[in-house]
Amino acid sequence: MGEGGEAMSMTTYDLQVNGRRKSVTVDPSTPLLWVLREDLKMTGTKYGCGIGACGACTVHLGGVATRSCVVPIALVGGRSITTIEGMGRDPVGRVVQDAWVEKDVVQCGYCQSGQIMSVVALLKSNRKPTDTNIEESLGGNLCRCGTYVRIREAVKRAAEKLA
Amino acid sequence: MNRRTFFRVSAAAAGGMLLSMYFDSPMLAQEPAAIVYPPDAFVHIRPDGRVVITINRCELGQGVSTALAMLLADEMDADWSQVVAELAPAASIYKDPVYGFQNTGGSATIANSFQQYRELGAKTRAMLIASAADRWHVSPSDCRAAKSVVHGPGGQSARYAELADDAARRPVPGKVALKKPSEFQIIGKPTRRLDSRAKCDGSQKFGLDLDLPGMLIAVVARPPVFGGRVKAFDDQGARGLPGVREVFEIPRVRGAGVAVVADRFWTAKLARDRLKIDWDLSGIEHADSAELSKRYKELARTPGNVAVNSGDPTVLDGFAPENRILAEYEFPYLAHTPMEPLNATARFDGDRAEVWVPSQFPTFDQAAVAEVLGLKPAQVSFHIEYAGGGFGRRQSFDSHVPREAAAIAKRMRGIPVKVVWTREDDVQGGYYRPMFVHRVEVGIGDAGMPIAWRHVVVGQSYVMGTPFESYLVKNGVDFDAVTGTADMPYSVPNLQVTAHHPTVNVPAAQWRSIGSTHNAFVMETLIDELATRANVDPIAYRLKLIKPDARRLRATLALLEEMSSWRNHLPRGHAVGIACNEYQGTAVASAAEVSIENKRLRMHRVTIALHCGLAVNPLSIESQFQGGTIFGLTQIVAKGAITLKNGRVEQRNFDGFTPPYIVDAPTAIDVHIVPSTEAPTGTGEPPVPVIAPAVVNALFRLTGTRYRTLPLVAAL
Repeated sequence: MGEGGEAMSMTTYDLQVNGRRKSVTVDPSTPLLWVLREDLKMTGTKYGCGIGACGACTVHLGGVATRSCVVPIALVGGRSITTIEGMGRDPVGRVVQDAWVEKDVVQCGYCQSGQIMSVVALLKSNRKPTDTNIEESLGGNLCRCGTYVRIREAVKRAAEKLA
Repeated sequence: MNRRTFFRVSAAAAGGMLLSMYFDSPMLAQEPAAIVYPPDAFVHIRPDGRVVITINRCELGQGVSTALAMLLADEMDADWSQVVAELAPAASIYKDPVYGFQNTGGSATIANSFQQYRELGAKTRAMLIASAADRWHVSPSDCRAAKSVVHGPGGQSARYAELADDAARRPVPGKVALKKPSEFQIIGKPTRRLDSRAKCDGSQKFGLDLDLPGMLIAVVARPPVFGGRVKAFDDQGARGLPGVREVFEIPRVRGAGVAVVADRFWTAKLARDRLKIDWDLSGIEHADSAELSKRYKELARTPGNVAVNSGDPTVLDGFAPENRILAEYEFPYLAHTPMEPLNATARFDGDRAEVWVPSQFPTFDQAAVAEVLGLKPAQVSFHIEYAGGGFGRRQSFDSHVPREAAAIAKRMRGIPVKVVWTREDDVQGGYYRPMFVHRVEVGIGDAGMPIAWRHVVVGQSYVMGTPFESYLVKNGVDFDAVTGTADMPYSVPNLQVTAHHPTVNVPAAQWRSIGSTHNAFVMETLIDELATRANVDPIAYRLKLIKPDARRLRATLALLEEMSSWRNHLPRGHAVGIACNEYQGTAVASAAEVSIENKRLRMHRVTIALHCGLAVNPLSIESQFQGGTIFGLTQIVAKGAITLKNGRVEQRNFDGFTPPYIVDAPTAIDVHIVPSTEAPTGTGEPPVPVIAPAVVNALFRLTGTRYRTLPLVAAL
């Protein structure tokens, strides 16, 4: 991704972000994460590692939970992008956010956008997740404050409310 | 602590009442900084009824912005639903009232600001009541307040917002009575965080999210060995990228670096990848974990500087081999890796500067920025940003991150520049929990109790050479390195603890619960070993051995005993380990249930009992103990180590240094608080030390092996 000696070539991309059309002009190697944060000023999506290992940058790309730090903008194509900023208008997203507040999950909160995006993707495909389903879906979302116990409770609470 | 306190009240420019409180209690000699930040307030009653409470700490996730607001709001009888918490900037009035400098660390916020925030609330309330009483021509003692309303004897009532302008013209009362614990309305009640919603919808701004008009982004190429210098560099490839604004060398606390300033992060990062730097690594130690391990183990065979020497430790030599334990422990360097990578933003305008840092150490960071820019601290407006975790990483004695930002801002005069550390910069950037070796010999008496104990601790001191040396280093021993052993809670008649502090070219720093991370591990695994040999239940053994004055620890163990009866009915293949510890006055005891699945550790239930005095926010304390338990597992997960080879850090990112994920965490953590109305002590760090020894004690029951080297890398 642009590590070689080739010059950057600024290119214009039309994006669908949280249901709205956006246009950005950036180098094709720029990860979606940094386009969201710096070009679109949507800082709810977080940078944590840049190698897809911590999940803080999780967004939905074409409805699939995706690490935006390792997706070059050139590969997004026509897929819709949904971020934490769009969750308040999403029926499942809103329920998950409410469950998070009810269970007082957050501490520093930095990883929670990514946790919530992973959970919403899980609950959209599985309304009755088991502990194993939760571990699989959130297995790559790191939380240094260690909120995992409450995350488990809040996922179950959200699933209950969606049932 | 000798201190004078000043209060000042004023009408807010935008209406309402501001109450400020000034302290004069320098623990470290410092010139009194000028008050340059309006509003210099702790409480602002706004005309719309909102009560804005200023938090004199950094919100790192530990919940201080909610807890401090609770203290003030309760004594003020404010309507909690109208309370808003805001982080203070760096300013003299926001210093820790005990320490005399502004910081967030040592689990000290609630312990040191409990009285302060309550007094502020009580004084505010008294002034509002006096204003209402004047208005109604009644005695203040006939009025009462509740939920931001003053009620008079004849059924009159007035909202705080209506009274604020009058109250702002009154003198601040001297002594005011504080509530008795039985009168608390908010304190002691499980209370949800004020910052929860913003942290769930993406709107909470952290330091890294800061966006200022015209702001540029900087990344810094740092030397591959700590302290390296720049011989020469070729920036042609870097400058060829559109959007790159400047490339230049900057001095660092140790050695130098090359800063790349660009209009966006990705450009800066690509440009840094293209730099060709010829580093000068001569004349600096190339630290190597394997060599340090050998050297430390050798050092541990000889006594170091004496931390404690009581009774006659030489009686140890008279014990027969079967009545002695000889144990050697080894702990690696550990990174903090808070989720929000390190960052600092600065703009230099010649005669003043403005900086934005998620900082645990604003007084020192502000002074450091001023020094780099040739300014006085008061000329540096210092904003404390919300931090995505800290764990000690944002409290460095040398302020190396804000110094980088200042050095870059100096060159980019007039332009705000945000320095961003990538995760690789963080993992490889030093300021780790230092590596330690312990060597302990214990002589066991007839009843299975330790009679003689000889203990050598080897590891770097990171306070030596800092302003804190005179407080923490005695007789050549850094108290942080021996905390929990030199002052162990157990009665051992013949005890010697000594320490060596070798100098190593690896920057070290405090890591959530500092020296207890290794000392509690050594103590609690050895006590478990002694209990096992004596064939006594591990809780009963501890209760028998702890000193009579370890009152909180005793109550905590008794509560754990009561709450962990499940430990006697475990599924096949599961085992429980016990550990306890006291840190900064807070006592903790833990029972951890584990099993081994596919040759790896699997955590199940953890039950914790604790005594922290008055529990200000039980909901937040539960969170701290659940989270701190999982943070403590960083010490034992397989990739929980930073290692060096020939001066280079071997791990780069979360693939090499891998903290616990959800699959590594217990499935349930229940937290039980010993009821108390004693002055509260901290809960940020105390949860961390007990979990690693509890888990390892449980593993012994499954495998018969005593694990004395961390992390647990070998397959179980």
